[in-house]
Amino acid sequence: MRIFLVGNPNVGKSVLFRRLTGMYAIASNYPGTSVELTTGRLRVGKGLAEVTDLPGTYSLEPTSEAEKVTAKMLNGLGSDDIVVNVLDSTNLERSLGLTLELVKLRRPMVIALNLWDEAAHTGVKIDVKLLEEALGLPCVPLVALTGEGVKALVDSLPHARASEREFDFAGRWDEVGRIVKRVQVITHSHHTLLERLGDASLRPFTGSVIALGVLGMSFEAIRLIGEGLIRWILEPLFKGIWSPLMLRVSDLLGGNGFLHSLLIGDLVDGGIDYRQSFGLLTTGLFVPFAAVLPYVFAFYLVLSLLEDCGYLPRLAVIADRFMHTVGLHGTAIVPMLLGLGCNVPGALAGRIMESPRERFIAMTLMATAVPCMAQVAMIIALAGPYGASALALIFGTLAALWFVLGMILKRTMNGEGMELLLDVPPYRVPFLRGLAQKLWMRLVSFLMEAIPFVLVGVLLVNLFYYLKVIDAVGRVTFPVIVSLLGLPPESAGALVVGFLRKDVAVGMLIPLHLSFRQTIVASVVLAIYFPCVATFAVIVKELGILGTSKATAIMVATVLTVGGSLNLILRLAGY
Amino acid sequence: MRAGEQGTVFEIRGGISVKRRLEAIGVRPGVTIEKLTDSPFGGPVVIRIGHMRLAIGYGMASKVMVAAEKAVAS
Repeated sequence: MRIFLVGNPNVGKSVLFRRLTGMYAIASNYPGTSVELTTGRLRVGKGLAEVTDLPGTYSLEPTSEAEKVTAKMLNGLGSDDIVVNVLDSTNLERSLGLTLELVKLRRPMVIALNLWDEAAHTGVKIDVKLLEEALGLPCVPLVALTGEGVKALVDSLPHARASEREFDFAGRWDEVGRIVKRVQVITHSHHTLLERLGDASLRPFTGSVIALGVLGMSFEAIRLIGEGLIRWILEPLFKGIWSPLMLRVSDLLGGNGFLHSLLIGDLVDGGIDYRQSFGLLTTGLFVPFAAVLPYVFAFYLVLSLLEDCGYLPRLAVIADRFMHTVGLHGTAIVPMLLGLGCNVPGALAGRIMESPRERFIAMTLMATAVPCMAQVAMIIALAGPYGASALALIFGTLAALWFVLGMILKRTMNGEGMELLLDVPPYRVPFLRGLAQKLWMRLVSFLMEAIPFVLVGVLLVNLFYYLKVIDAVGRVTFPVIVSLLGLPPESAGALVVGFLRKDVAVGMLIPLHLSFRQTIVASVVLAIYFPCVATFAVIVKELGILGTSKATAIMVATVLTVGGSLNLILRLAGY
Repeated sequence: MRAGEQGTVFEIRGGISVKRRLEAIGVRPGVTIEKLTDSPFGGPVVIRIGHMRLAIGYGMASKVMVAAEKAVAS
């Protein structure tokens, strides 16, 4: 038996899925998080059922990529499959449009009336008995977020049946209107003060001010939390507990030799310097856990908060006009923000863009000009000693590049720009357990992705030095690295490793003691030149070989132009 | 139609795909809407239908024909 969760975007399907299967699925306040099909298991009576969370859709006549997936899956239903149609009780009318389409499939179905508490709160009363009668289907009110009513839903699954009601399909919205009139009573529909205040964040002027404030505060919070965790917790832990242990290991290994330089690396003044030693057990663990994880944690904490209180769709509305200057619309702010955490989910989120043209622009822009949090953290470690002006130069250059490249792509890519069409959900007080779960899941997936690649990266660095590969690469790339970009020949190794992990690559530059100019150029070049292998894999999957080649060509051309001119300008300015 | 005004949708001009997308999300002839925001620089228009708020890109929004009824005191 298979169970399919179907419903409009943003009605809580993913939350319900998590409740049913006990599996983790990221639930967020914007559409597109479940484009990838998530599948889990659920015990029904004595048997096990496979549960699939289908992408949100308003209709079975698909208008976007995600909706096509849903329509295709539903056309291939087997005889003992059950459709669970998840409805938004606060918005019965819109939800029922899809329900009537589903009824036409004549498959066993159950209706889940989600957000039942919020509906009651806003004065919407639905007569479940009358609705069951009107649709000819079992209906179960529930609150997926807290789990209320979910058991009743599971118990109702064996009673799932195909409706025998006939609906006039062409006039289905009139049918919906008639049903809603019969089953729903709205007792008070006055608009709360909170609602009115919430609208301020949607107005062009007040909204822009609020958006700038929210973003400014977010970045400040990320910086404070990340910096604080490193300085007060992780560095003391590594220095106080891990270092003495590593020095013992160093003694046991005899203080030098291949194994010593592989595991511990170079000792600096007889001690371990986590930024320069470059052994698997020293720098290899310090980079993911102490240098990068604190910022990644801080970033996802803030992002998850913004998501769960419902601010992101408002940001998309405010950013819409601005995003049109780079050929996208407001929704594209989501892949950009996610990319700032890690380019992999950023590229995945690029799929919420409706047309191939928009997907190409969004992914290329994100992969080229949006550095991930791991890289940002290491750039802060590398360029921080040169002060705020160095960091401002690096991130200012990337921001300007994002804008200019976007305008060029908009003008050169054929096709008409798509338009924003977005449901703006009400503000919600974040449900803390859900928030903690989501944060935990994101951190785990970051560590699972980062640690193997960081270790392989550090291993490669050691092998390269041991086999003198870096010298050879340095000689071959001399015209670009040294003549054009003005970097020391050893930095060629960082460009090679950067394909694996950008944070390790930036870390490799720290022992080179680069000048102010070289630090700026190298940081910017590493951010642009190529996405890391994990992001690259996603982009190949989404854009195809041809699209990826185009995107890659754009990145290479961009890095040579931007890196070369940055080097020249800084030289002329006397750095 | 200005921000703060209410009206009834009477026609959606434009192609079948625009119509279908707007219809599915709840913007249909006969539906009463309130326009919540103006868009001085061609930004999106935010409307309210019941408790639901929708943001619609400027171009698409200009295809929704509305018979304005009255200004809401607010």
